[in-house]
Amino acid sequence: MITLRLGYVPLIDAAPLIVAHELGFAAEEGLALDLIRLGAWAQARDMLGAGLLDAAHMLVPMPVGQALGLGPALPAMDLVMILSQGGQAVAVNRDLEGRLRDAGHDFAFDDARAAGLALRGVVTGPLRVGVPFHLSTQSELVRHWLAACGFAPTELDLITVPPPMMTDAVARGEVDAFCVGEPWASFAVERGLAALLLPGTAIWAAAPEKGLVLLRGFTDARPTETGALMRAVWRAGRWLDDPDHRGTAAEILSRPAYLNLPPELAERGLTGRLTISAGGDIRHAPGFIAFNAGAASFPWKSLAALFAQRLALRHGLDPQDAMARAMAHFRTDLYRRHLRPAGAPLPGASQRVEGALAEDRSVAAERGGMILRADGFFDGFTFDPAAPASAN
Amino acid sequence: MSKRLLIVVVEPDPDRAQPIADGLREAGDHDIRIIAEQSGLARQVAELRPDVVLIDIANPSRDILEELALASGPAERPVAMFVDRSDEGMTRAAIESGISAYVVDGLRPERIKPILDAAIARFHMFQQMRAELAATRAALEERKIIDRAKAVLMKARGIDEEAAYALLRKTAMDGGKRVADIAQQLVMAAGLLGR
Repeated sequence: MITLRLGYVPLIDAAPLIVAHELGFAAEEGLALDLIRLGAWAQARDMLGAGLLDAAHMLVPMPVGQALGLGPALPAMDLVMILSQGGQAVAVNRDLEGRLRDAGHDFAFDDARAAGLALRGVVTGPLRVGVPFHLSTQSELVRHWLAACGFAPTELDLITVPPPMMTDAVARGEVDAFCVGEPWASFAVERGLAALLLPGTAIWAAAPEKGLVLLRGFTDARPTETGALMRAVWRAGRWLDDPDHRGTAAEILSRPAYLNLPPELAERGLTGRLTISAGGDIRHAPGFIAFNAGAASFPWKSLAALFAQRLALRHGLDPQDAMARAMAHFRTDLYRRHLRPAGAPLPGASQRVEGALAEDRSVAAERGGMILRADGFFDGFTFDPAAPASAN
Repeated sequence: MSKRLLIVVVEPDPDRAQPIADGLREAGDHDIRIIAEQSGLARQVAELRPDVVLIDIANPSRDILEELALASGPAERPVAMFVDRSDEGMTRAAIESGISAYVVDGLRPERIKPILDAAIARFHMFQQMRAELAATRAALEERKIIDRAKAVLMKARGIDEEAAYALLRKTAMDGGKRVADIAQQLVMAAGLLGR
């Protein structure tokens, strides 16, 4: 057995790493996983950079930010696979909830345009939105969604709040709304301080949320362990995508060593059956979080480019250069090499037009066919990495 | 003569914050402020305009400070996670000890070193204390579980406490396992069997 140190932040999307350990997928590959619970995203990055972790659970835009020089000067970090899509929820405080209801919004939880326009109608002055990290899928989702619903950049104040502290930030009136990964949105609902407005998937059907990130030096020097880890995590993701396993997964994740919360809370996001308000309204969000299904774990280079272009435009960097740099850190080559033996479906191309699939689609794969999950944006936005950069 | 540095220590626990501040005072004539309240951290730090910010590497509030690292307005002071390329050992030692340092742009590494060295020493002390506490707790837990396992055996086999412990120890030794692990398994099995 070879021991690998894996860092994770306690969220339901750490499930593939925890399940790989708990259900023996890692052991089958000859690996013992030392799972290290982290308190901050910056801690994941720094410990990985210093070689104190062999792999880390990270927000997908983090390795992009590192590639663009927006983080500290640490050794090159590569994202070898996506760990999850979706899993986030947008929530508003009780005051906004009341105003939205008074204005006739139905909290249907599936229509990002209706929710965004309703919000536009009741908000005066800047809207303060809590996000877990400045380099996060949540931050990009919120910016894209609210810009498309008529909020100017100056009318939006994105504030970093660590997810476990989000509920307190709402209670203290520091944020009006927030977007975080589960179970922290449900936690705020449970405390009677917020109502869920949308799942992240209503904004972007297949928003990549977390990735498995390793040092490039590690993937070069230890290909055997890299491959073993990727296969163990991929099999855990496949197990997790069976709806019948989600309840068990919630039980495992909720243990004191991991999330240390009531299983009922983790179960909401994992099953996509969410209590959206203090009044107990329940909404079903099919596909609220996905792990492997429909090539969800494939680290499309076009995703790296999409985040890189957005970050570059915000930080005054050259978008073309940023896209090229970021794409080199999404390792489709390692995904193919290490997951081919496990029988993972492999798409013919390594980049695509993001947001182009309104529905699940069957496409040609390296061997036979495969299904790609729908990945549309609510406003029909598409991103072609080969097209010239433009602000959006 | 270089000017005094303003060092901010972000630490909610006063029992930890004080020793860190004391250690830093010994390291040089600096102005040291402690921020315990996590709310409005970004604003507090931005207003103080410190030269160095020290914070536990696992403190979730670090993610708030990261934003300041990207501040780029003319009036803002860029703060960056301290990584010294010329002395990777020091960066690693800091991370290993559980500390992260944010420093303003342009502060020379030789000015940061004594500060970081003092902080690292304190954080190592905390780590040791935490490890000892965890070990004590684990030992207590183990004793409890062994007591419960002994009770199960005494009842099931009608033997006395000493014999029950001897049986546990023999089983553990034969299986190449720890007594506490055998006890844990026995208690769990007894639970399953409904006794």
